[in-house]
Order: sequence, then C-alpha cells, then structure tokens
Amino acid sequence: MQFLKPLVLSIFLLPTAISSHAQQVAVIKLPELEKRLSQPNDTTYIVNFWATWCAPCIKELPSFEQVNAAYAKQKVKVLLVSMDYASQLDKKVKPFVLKRGLKSEVVLLNEPDPNSWMDRVDKKWSGALPFTLMLNNQKKKRATFEHEFTQAELTAQLQKFLQ
Amino acid sequence: MKRLLFFCVACLALMVLGSYVTRPVSPGYQVGDKAMDFKLKNVDGKLVSLADNKAAKGFIVVFTCNTCPYAQAYENRIIQLHRQFAPKGYPVVAINANDPVASPGDSFAAMQARARSHTYPFPYLQDETQQVAKTYGATRTPHLYVLTRQGTDLVVSYIGAIDDNSEDAKLVKTKYVENALNDILAGKPATPNTTRAIGCSIKWKRA
Repeated sequence: MQFLKPLVLSIFLLPTAISSHAQQVAVIKLPELEKRLSQPNDTTYIVNFWATWCAPCIKELPSFEQVNAAYAKQKVKVLLVSMDYASQLDKKVKPFVLKRGLKSEVVLLNEPDPNSWMDRVDKKWSGALPFTLMLNNQKKKRATFEHEFTQAELTAQLQKFLQ
Repeated sequence: MKRLLFFCVACLALMVLGSYVTRPVSPGYQVGDKAMDFKLKNVDGKLVSLADNKAAKGFIVVFTCNTCPYAQAYENRIIQLHRQFAPKGYPVVAINANDPVASPGDSFAAMQARARSHTYPFPYLQDETQQVAKTYGATRTPHLYVLTRQGTDLVVSYIGAIDDNSEDAKLVKTKYVENALNDILAGKPATPNTTRAIGCSIKWKRA
C-alpha cells in the first residue's frame, strides 16, 4: 500500500500545482521593485498599484489585463503591485487573483510604512489608490496617473510610450 | 504660418485645460499656507465652522470616511488623538468628502450611524460640494492636516500620515502626527512636517 502514497499525493497536488503555475503572487520588498523598474532596456513597464479592497482599482483591472494580452508580443510589461497587507496574501489576494484569472504578473509589496518609501516610487504620488506608473528607461519616458483608467485612456497613454 | 502657430498654441492650451478638468484635485495646501475656514453640516444637523471654536489653539482636520479600510483601521486612533490633544487645544474635526452617489456607504445617514455607533467625540462633517477637500488638496482617506492659530489666521503646520503602520496600532514605531503636535505644543516647527501614506482615493463626483 505504501507505494500508492506518492501516487495519491500527486493526484491531490496536481490541481494546486497547475493553478499556482498559472499565477504566483510573490511578496517583495521595495529594493526588488526598484531593481525591476530600473532595467536600462526598451521595455515599457505599466506598474499599477492596487488592492483587493479598492473598488476603483478592481474596476480598472480588466483594462490592464486587456493591455497585457494585446501587447504580449511587444516590449510591454504589466505589473500589478498589490498594496494589501502581507497578512492578507492567502486569505484575500491569492483567491482574488485566482478567481479573476489574472494573467498579468501580480506581486505584493510588503512595506508597512509608506512614508519611508513612496517618494522612491514617485515623488508625485500622494498616496491614493489606484496609482499607475508608466516608464521606459531606454526612451527616458515616465508618466504617473493617480486616478482610475478607462480602457481607451490606458491604451492611448501606452501608445505614447511605444512611438 | 501664424495661423498654424495659433492653432498649435490653442491645442496645447486645450490639452492643459483638459488635464485640469479630468483631475479634480488641485495642488492644495503646503505647510505654511493659510487654511480656509468652512461651514459644513455635522452629523447632528448643525453647521460647523472652525471659527466657532475660538478657544482652540488649532485643529486636527482629518479627511476620512465610513467605507475605506484604511480609514476604518485608523478610526480608533483618530478618536485617541482627539482625547489626547483636544484638552491641549487641538481638537479633531473629521470631514467626509466622498460623493455618496459613487460611495453609498458614505451617505449622510450612514455618517450619522457610524458617528453614533462609534461615539465620535468630535464633529463629523459632510463636504457635500467637495470644495473643502479640493482646496486643502486632500486626495485620500485618511488624509490629515494640523492647523495652528497664528494671529487671526489658521496656518497649515503638518500634512500627512497618522503613523507608520496602518494595519496594526501595536506595531507602530513612529507616531508622525503625535510627534508633530508635540513639536508644535513645544513651540517648535513640526519635524517632519509632511509625511505620506497610502489610502483610498476620495470618491469625486462625476463632472
């Protein structure tokens, strides 16, 4: 019977393995985010700061998902940075990401004191969510948006970066 | 050529104007600015102005609301701030600027219910036109301003966060606003006088 154990286990674990492959939510600190956003390449980053409790954020998420899919073959990277508390990762964030089937990369920024790091993300950010940062380091382009996007506006702003 | 130039300038002007129209938030106050007074409806139905309280040395004006998890997380700490600093001359005045159409949980009736159930010891005012929030430059909840009386003026002396841990009051290391008020009470400028925090966006009326 003992030989059955791994088999049974793997059958149970398979679905989890598949779903976690679909979307991992890495918990990161600010230096890692900074590192990712300072790559000197021609990728246009769309970094959206959101939270599962933020209604306007949730409303605009499909626009980011649409852009992520539509520009998959171009040098465009959508990064959804959850501002949920790290204690809510398994309870709120992961189930939300799974339920919505989010395809864009989701990370959770685990930094409790915004005053100590917000200006390193952007000096213009007053702290309201949603907040979106668009940047292309090679083209030296950078723009910030402290409001909710419509699909048309997001695409139009992205186009400015791709020209 | 001139006409083309004029056209370009006109387009540019429209773009600039357009960006102002879609962003309802003005740059708002910086530390050192003179703060405007207001006349807003309190949850008890009476109109409240800062000028009504002539004994106060200043005010802790906090833009907050019923519905935002950050505002809820800070609710008890705001009540504590009032208990601690109202006797020293700095009472809390709470203002809810959310559009009740966009956020039904912030209706006047819901504000009354919340103030009653949590026994707010301070006024909880509705900024119906959102003009006060816009003038102050409040963008999120909670967003806090300390005003100090200087002659006949009320001057903005601190803007920003309450402390450095919204999730858990027990894990707070730096009490930003408490430190600022203690500086002010000691006759010194608040250091730091501006801090930043994450919060829910104020729900603006659709133009």
